[in-house]
Order: sequence, then C-alpha cells, then structure tokens
Amino acid sequence: MAEEATAVLRETAGVYWRPRVDERRLTLAGRTWTATTFAHTVPWLAMAAFLLYLEPLSFPLAIILIAHAWVIPELYAKRGANVLRQAHRLGAGPERTALGLLGDLVGHDARELHGRTGLVPERGTLGLWLVGEMGAVLVRPGGRRVHCYCIRVPEPDLPSADRIAHLLLALREDEVGFATVANQAFSGAPWRLVRRLPARARPAVREVVQRARVHS
Amino acid sequence: MAKLIRMDKTGHTTLAEWTLDDQAAVDVAVRAFREQLDAGYYAVVTRGEGHAEQVRELPLDAGTVILRRPIAGG
Repeated sequence: MAEEATAVLRETAGVYWRPRVDERRLTLAGRTWTATTFAHTVPWLAMAAFLLYLEPLSFPLAIILIAHAWVIPELYAKRGANVLRQAHRLGAGPERTALGLLGDLVGHDARELHGRTGLVPERGTLGLWLVGEMGAVLVRPGGRRVHCYCIRVPEPDLPSADRIAHLLLALREDEVGFATVANQAFSGAPWRLVRRLPARARPAVREVVQRARVHS
Repeated sequence: MAKLIRMDKTGHTTLAEWTLDDQAAVDVAVRAFREQLDAGYYAVVTRGEGHAEQVRELPLDAGTVILRRPIAGG
C-alpha cells in the first residue's frame, strides 16, 4: 500500500516553498474551505432576508443575493469536479496498449471500476484516492470530506490510461509528496462534488466514499 | 525476462529486455536506461501492491522498470 512509501517525490523540489501535506494541514485546509463557503453564502442570505423584512417589494434584489449565495459555492464545486475530467483521446491502438499497462498496475476491482468510470481507486494513508487523467480526489477517512487536486503529466500526446498510470505511480512513490505537488481545487462535502460531476464519474466517487465510511 | 518500458504516445514502448545471464542485453538495457534519464524521464519500479519506488540505477533484478514523465500541479 502507499503507506509503505518512504522516498520523497522528486517533483516536490519544484514546489520547495510548500510545506509537505500532513493530517493537520489537510484538516486546516478543509476548515478554511468550509469557512470560505460560509462567507460566500450566509451573509448574502442574511442580507436577502433583511431586505425582504424591510421591504417585501425588494424581492428582485433579494433573489439576486440568493442566487449569488448559491452560485459561488457551486462554481467552487465545479472547479473540484474538473479535476476528474477526461483528456482528449488518442487512437484506439495507443489507448488499448496503455490500458494493458495500467491493468497490470492495479487489481481486479480497480480495473473494473476504471472500465465503468474511467477512474482508478487507490488506498493511501491520508484516505482513499480516486485517480483520473487530469487530477485526483482524496476521500478522507469517514467519507465526510473530499479534497480535489489538480495534477497531471504535462505531455500533450499521451493515452488516457498512461496519464492515470503516471499519477498512480507518483502517488505510490510518495503520497504526501503527491498531495504537496498537486494544486488543491476544492474541498468540501462529497455530495457537493458529485452533483457537479459528469454522470460517468459519479458512481466512482459514491463507491469510494462508501468504502471510506465502512473502513473508518 | 526483465523489461524497460517507456510510457509514451504509443501507449508504451519496450526499450530493452534482459536476463541476468545475458551481459550484452544488460549492457544495452543500462545504456537505454541512462539515455532516458538524461532525456528527463523518471524510472519507477513497483514494489508490491500499492507501492512504487523511483530508481536512478537500473535494478537488474526487477521484473519491469517503467519510465514516466515528471508530473506537475495543474
């Protein structure tokens, strides 16, 4: 499992100013995201309610404020969902060859989930990961929070399964380094993420969240 | 037989294959390995389920050595 990794991911040298991710920093990041969501929501809702209390005819403005309170958190969640988007596809031959290599790297369950959703699950010390072509989602133990990371191999002409294999190997080399190199795109409740995902990816997130709940 | 493979636009390319008792094949593999590292690839060996190790010298006893590109935050 990834927890046995002790080596430091070489790519972390490129982000030397970032402290390595740990449990405390992940918790802090989660709370910061929650506070940000609160700040983007509650004051606007309160202002809308206050306006309606003062003057019911101000309802058009109140609706705008409510829409603002709804849209901003949705945009953040969409940003998180984007880490699981698909890259462009190459020809069938390279994709099939790359799929064979990825299949050799993972077990039967992961192969099956990838076949259905295009995403590969991986257990780590920080939680359960779901690795895609352009990023990864970390489901924390208990399944109540996800962290979405934008991380990719900057090569334009790689088959999709090779993109996942690149990220998977790096994750297995150094899970903490992987989370340190990656750019965090979102953190929040899984349901917020699932709503913004394409239908293909939703079952993967739901299943990994379920596993995180069972194994916590 | 051990293999050195590179993930690339073809899916993957086998750059060298060797056995410990074939010194000529080992030499070819070591040379290919160094060329790829010089070209910016990282070499990774899987070490059991869910664990991988980056190597800077060709591990001759490994079953498969995979060459990957560096990753970066998006």
